[in-house]
Amino acid sequence: MKITMAHGSGGKSSAELMKAVFGKYFKNDVLDKMEDAAVLEINGKIAFSTDSFVVTPTIFKGGDIGKLAVCGTVNDLLMMGAKPLYLTSAYILEEGLEGDHLETCVASMAKTAAAAGVKIVAGDTKVVEGSGGLMINTAGIGLIPPEREISAGNLREGDKIIVSGFLGDHHACILSHRMKLTNDIVSDCAPLNDVVDALFASGAAVRAMRDITRGGLGTMLNEFAAASNCGIELEETKIPVRDEVQGFCDILGLDPLYMGNEGKMIAVVAAADAEKALTAIRSTKHGQDAILLGAVTAGKGVVMKTRLGGKRVVDMLYGEGLPRIC
Amino acid sequence: MEAAKIKIINELKNYDGPKVKLMEVCGTHTAAIFKSGIRSLISPKIKLISGPGCPVCVTPTAFIDKCVAYAQKDRHVLYTFGDMMKVPGSNNSLSTAKGDGAKVELMFSPLDAVEAAAKDPDTTYVIAAVGFETTIPAYALTLAEAQLKGVRNLLLLTALKTTFPAIEWICENEKGIDAFICPGHVSVITGSDAYNALAEKYQKPFVVTGFEGEHILAAIYEIVGQLKKGEGKAKNLYRNAVRDRGNAKARALIERYFTAGYAMWRGLGEIPGSGMYLKEAYQEYDGGSYGLDKDAVLAKSCRCGEVIVGRVNPCECPMFGKGCTPTKPYGPCMVSAEGACGIWYRNTI
Repeated sequence: MKITMAHGSGGKSSAELMKAVFGKYFKNDVLDKMEDAAVLEINGKIAFSTDSFVVTPTIFKGGDIGKLAVCGTVNDLLMMGAKPLYLTSAYILEEGLEGDHLETCVASMAKTAAAAGVKIVAGDTKVVEGSGGLMINTAGIGLIPPEREISAGNLREGDKIIVSGFLGDHHACILSHRMKLTNDIVSDCAPLNDVVDALFASGAAVRAMRDITRGGLGTMLNEFAAASNCGIELEETKIPVRDEVQGFCDILGLDPLYMGNEGKMIAVVAAADAEKALTAIRSTKHGQDAILLGAVTAGKGVVMKTRLGGKRVVDMLYGEGLPRIC
Repeated sequence: MEAAKIKIINELKNYDGPKVKLMEVCGTHTAAIFKSGIRSLISPKIKLISGPGCPVCVTPTAFIDKCVAYAQKDRHVLYTFGDMMKVPGSNNSLSTAKGDGAKVELMFSPLDAVEAAAKDPDTTYVIAAVGFETTIPAYALTLAEAQLKGVRNLLLLTALKTTFPAIEWICENEKGIDAFICPGHVSVITGSDAYNALAEKYQKPFVVTGFEGEHILAAIYEIVGQLKKGEGKAKNLYRNAVRDRGNAKARALIERYFTAGYAMWRGLGEIPGSGMYLKEAYQEYDGGSYGLDKDAVLAKSCRCGEVIVGRVNPCECPMFGKGCTPTKPYGPCMVSAEGACGIWYRNTI
């Protein structure tokens, strides 16, 4: 089956697509009522976020756009200290999309949602002219326990910076696909519930968290430093990058510090709690390669102590990281 | 850290001889110098200045205008490397032109264009062929591939340059430079022996090195050592990648398809023999590469021309960080990942 404009008409073809694909994988007490809107009962402080996913290719090593659409929004909620509860899922299909391809992504989305403990409670599908593309928007709601105050503006001098694992895997994986390069680089696309749960369970005082998506670690840390009016000092030797990703970056002129990830996060914790936070994160599947790579200082901006003992400024990413000529 | 490294760092940090000025010709070296924090590791008496070794930065405005014109033309698609996208032309950059509907595609290899052209014979695919010795063999291979596949709807709009005539131009015209850190990737093609004649003629150290912090420190150490002894020799410290005689196969490929001619270097002007043009036999693939002998007049306050010969550091340009930033570049040195101004801005502001 190929997607045609008829699948977006709201008529019989739409209903068939709904039943054959979405209905087959998305099932829960809220959605199954098939009302115009999901009715939810939530008491307390909520986190609410949305994100659109437009990655090419839509299926890649380590994931697909369906998995990504869950991870992206779930991780955004987690980073505010929230327990993710509900997602909406809006699909925009381009005519010509293979039904099997769509089903692979929908099945993966359902599986990832189950793994992340969220229910997909509302959805929409539109078909537009095009050439077989697939885009997804998700929005999500999570409940924040009353005692948690997580914010980029919370950093204090002496706090420690932990990164949950290797940088650049997702970005390098997607670029490899686009460049038709064969290598073993796999996207890190994953929901980070286990990492965040372990971190809070450790009892560490968590100041700020952020998932290291577009813009990369360099950009996120600059945002933290600006929001908290402080400096951050990093050690180059601690920056975790797999050899093959580093090699890939060296050839293309890309810097892993500015590359997007889909299953990595920064956690800033109080200095006294750094070790127990790190141990807790390392005990999880998605945080086993975590490392403590820097500290908050009284200065300004982000400075890196280089491998040779020199110092350099790490600025935000400007524009796109484009592959260069030589 | 190993003892040898500590010794080199200590000696360079405590260097107290006469002030010396070293030019790193290649933009990738400029980036590596910042990345490793080299300036913070050596004496302020050793000044490192950036040279003209960023192919984007020395590409004239008129070339961008030609690219934009092709991209706006019916049934034409322009293929370019990413770092050309934001270089300002007279009215448009390729990036802004694309926003207005011009057909611009990012390429990871010029062979991408051959593949696309083979599938779509009714459209002309134009490659914005920019680069130095390192990249020219790739364009030669592209032509070989196009010929092999019988692809005729492909054009190369070239602004190809060779670095040696530019280095010689600098030796002739910029007197204050004591030594050169030679481009590592270019040297892979040319070989390190190619610097012997320059060292002989100008009696200055020409040191080929790699792109790790240690490589650069070793090159500076070698240069300072030579200068102390009053020597000026060519030396290859990047032996794991650069052979004495370089890559003859790549050079043969270049020679098969290209011939030398004058070239316009943005900021420097015309340098005879520094351009590479398609040979007569391959003219059907040429997208009109000759005639780039005039460049748009840059604003007086833009000092790109002085930056690329190392006369001023980027931060000494009055537009630096004010009228010219990576998000809104005026001069090409601010645009490219290899451009001295962009590198300084990202690492010092």
